[in-house]
Amino acid sequence: MTATPARLEIAHIRKAYPGVLANDDINLRVTPGEIHAVLGENGAGKSTLMKIIFGTVKPDAGEIRWNGEVVHISNPHVARKLGIAMVFQHFSLFDTLTVAENIALGLQADTDLQELTARIRQTGEKYGLELEPNRHVHTLSVGERQRVEIVRALLTNPQLLILDEPTSVLTPQAVEKLFITLRKLAAEGCSILYISHKLDEIRALCHSATVMRGGRVTGNCDPRNETSAGLSRMMIGDELVRLRRERNHEIHRNELKLHINRLCLPKAHLFATELKDIECEVRAGEIVGIAGVSGNGQQELLAALSGEDQRAAPNMIVLGGAAVGHLAPNPRRARGLGLVPEERLGRGAVPSLSLAANMLLSHQKDPYVKRGMIDFAYTRRVAASIIERFKVKASGPDALAKSLSGGNLQKFIVGREMERKPSVFIVAQPTWGVDVGAAAQIHAEILALKQEGCAVLVISEELDELFALCDRLHVIAKGQLSPSIQIEQATREQVGLWMSGLWHDTAAGTVATEAGHA
Amino acid sequence: MLKAFPLKLELRGAPSQTMTYLSPLLAIVLTMILGALLFLLLGKDPVAALKVFLIDPFSGKRAISELLLKSVPLILCALGLTVCFRASIWNIGAEGQFTVGALCAGAMLVWLDVPGHGISGTVGLILMICAGVLGGAFWASITALLRDRFNANEILVSLMLTYVAQLLLMYAVNGPLKDPNGMNFPQSKVFSDEFMLPMLIAGTRLHVGFVVTIVAALIMTVFVTRSLRGFSLTVGGVAPHAARYAGFSSRNALWMSLLISGGFAGLAGAFEIAGPIGQLLPSVSPGYGFAAIIVAFIGRLHPIGAVFGGLIMSLLYLGGELAQSRLGLPSAITGVFQGMLLFLLLACDTLIDYRLRWKQQA
Repeated sequence: MTATPARLEIAHIRKAYPGVLANDDINLRVTPGEIHAVLGENGAGKSTLMKIIFGTVKPDAGEIRWNGEVVHISNPHVARKLGIAMVFQHFSLFDTLTVAENIALGLQADTDLQELTARIRQTGEKYGLELEPNRHVHTLSVGERQRVEIVRALLTNPQLLILDEPTSVLTPQAVEKLFITLRKLAAEGCSILYISHKLDEIRALCHSATVMRGGRVTGNCDPRNETSAGLSRMMIGDELVRLRRERNHEIHRNELKLHINRLCLPKAHLFATELKDIECEVRAGEIVGIAGVSGNGQQELLAALSGEDQRAAPNMIVLGGAAVGHLAPNPRRARGLGLVPEERLGRGAVPSLSLAANMLLSHQKDPYVKRGMIDFAYTRRVAASIIERFKVKASGPDALAKSLSGGNLQKFIVGREMERKPSVFIVAQPTWGVDVGAAAQIHAEILALKQEGCAVLVISEELDELFALCDRLHVIAKGQLSPSIQIEQATREQVGLWMSGLWHDTAAGTVATEAGHA
Repeated sequence: MLKAFPLKLELRGAPSQTMTYLSPLLAIVLTMILGALLFLLLGKDPVAALKVFLIDPFSGKRAISELLLKSVPLILCALGLTVCFRASIWNIGAEGQFTVGALCAGAMLVWLDVPGHGISGTVGLILMICAGVLGGAFWASITALLRDRFNANEILVSLMLTYVAQLLLMYAVNGPLKDPNGMNFPQSKVFSDEFMLPMLIAGTRLHVGFVVTIVAALIMTVFVTRSLRGFSLTVGGVAPHAARYAGFSSRNALWMSLLISGGFAGLAGAFEIAGPIGQLLPSVSPGYGFAAIIVAFIGRLHPIGAVFGGLIMSLLYLGGELAQSRLGLPSAITGVFQGMLLFLLLACDTLIDYRLRWKQQA
């Protein structure tokens, strides 16, 4: 025991849910100004532990000490009063309210909105988290929503800031910026609990780490002295599989499967992004990536590709030789499209329905549906086979979609779309909030699909992922798409620069190479 | 205060299937207990009063036939509402769609039921039923159109249209459809027997509409649980984005569910005027369309559940009538029981997602 009391010390925390022991005898200690990582796969119990600290979940047993005093954090209000702020992985924002109104909800009832708006702008600028306080949350992208959460937490001047997977939607430059913010906060004496499974980030940022697996603490270490492989071993009990990418330099001779042909789309609503002259080709056996910070037109592009937005002219989207820009989702599926949307719960899957029933979102033809009637027996069998093949942790095809962790649900949705044997596969944020094991598996499946001759388009905000998967890379910024660049010639710095829309100066050389290929 | 309360609510790991079906039963039992308390406060013997309310509607063939008869409009309206509510289309104007259905069916009969017109009873009945269904569906389509075109709130529109419908009926029985030989009473002529629905059991008022209702419930069960269209409505109701991703059109869902719902309510209206009422009156429904909202929820938004819910609501109607005649209670008693039932049902539904626990003494 040190002389100065720890900012936060938790001992022997235990929390059981029906059928699962989420936290079993957890001990953890954070000193003032310390950035402490909590590392573990999805389902390891990290989120439960944080919810206990934040007062949204009550532990069955155990003790929490705050600055040396035993405290009972019975609800988030108590936690905030103590000086604990949290940025959740799943955002708790009201869609129909503005950014400022959402933030005001967590503050005193007599908060002046005008003044708050100014403070939001100020804090946003100080920490590089630009936000328009008067925008409605439903118009924000995932990345922007997270910014709201972070700013909301910072406004309370916390002594302990809990961040749950905060960087998953940021550009490398933005991550760097966030780290600078966090280091600054820590230097000011604020303790930070940083939940993540991104080993590099933890090694770069954190002073100490608690590793969890299966509801237990499996190790404590100083991540700065560990290798990624070592951390990974502690976390999943195994080392990560390195992806092997086969390079085929003859790809440009392959059949053109998806051609986004000068796609222009005006804004669908006030805060949407206008798509301007999007030009992109994906050939059979090729993986093309689209990088970019969320909110730059990805949602709009995806909706135009899936058929949820049918305003495009027919020939702006050419799928396997057919003009489909005006068609609904199902006719596009009939032409070989498989699509994994960004949001899993609520778009890719219906939370309150079983996995089997969720098959029907994208499988509405014989043999799933015969003469308008659903064949539930067949649908369940296919769902069960996907669960088995993709090692989805679920009680079975009757498990409700919302009962699955993010990674497992994503594996199921990816499996469901691959079950279509698509000739064009479009996937957005394939591994957002997904644990390392599941991410590696999803990546391997996408590469396997490419080997089978599928044309794959990956829209992602994680550069690591794009660099690992793609043959060519575009960047989307402000509704415009950069020319593509061969992955061998791409650097993180250049792509990061392009993310700000500055490809016109640097792209000349690359475009020339492109033209040479064509 | 709250701290001293020995019970607390605890979130369940998953919604309880058992409680989903137990909750309506629990609500019914609690309604009866509170009802008994109410009787006691009114100075009536609660046991005798509950007997009048719950047992007497079952005494004898005639009583039971009345129970089934009364359930027909309730079940039919609830079948349509079940579809709407599953799709999160909050049509609360079944009462109005019922009224317009009755009005159209009645107008058809007034037009057909003329001596020497030469229309057979069967053809007349079929035309009458078509008029009722189309009338109800038309009335619901106004709500669909306004929501579709102008994004008008369907709750408000469908509710307000109910009052428009009632005034329309009032106008009709005071004007064009008034019986010329009716001593200036605001009502249509009494329709001839050949244009009345055939009776199911001799000596009772129970007509073939009951069989139609049961068949309709079975068809709707297949529709909502097995068909892709029914599935698409459910998805649109609980996850609109997922429905768009799947390619289920929200406009289709809006129109389909409102037209089905209006059609069923209109059918119920037609059955009423060609059944127990036998003519058009200024008021054709003691609030069946509103009571059907409760029926649909008691029935767990399932067509078979709506049948049971309809029977229970019918029991409350008849019990209420008997309570008026035998116990001298005011007619509002029916409404009080309906309200208690809905309120308690919503309260009991909490137990689907939560369980009650005794607080641990720390």
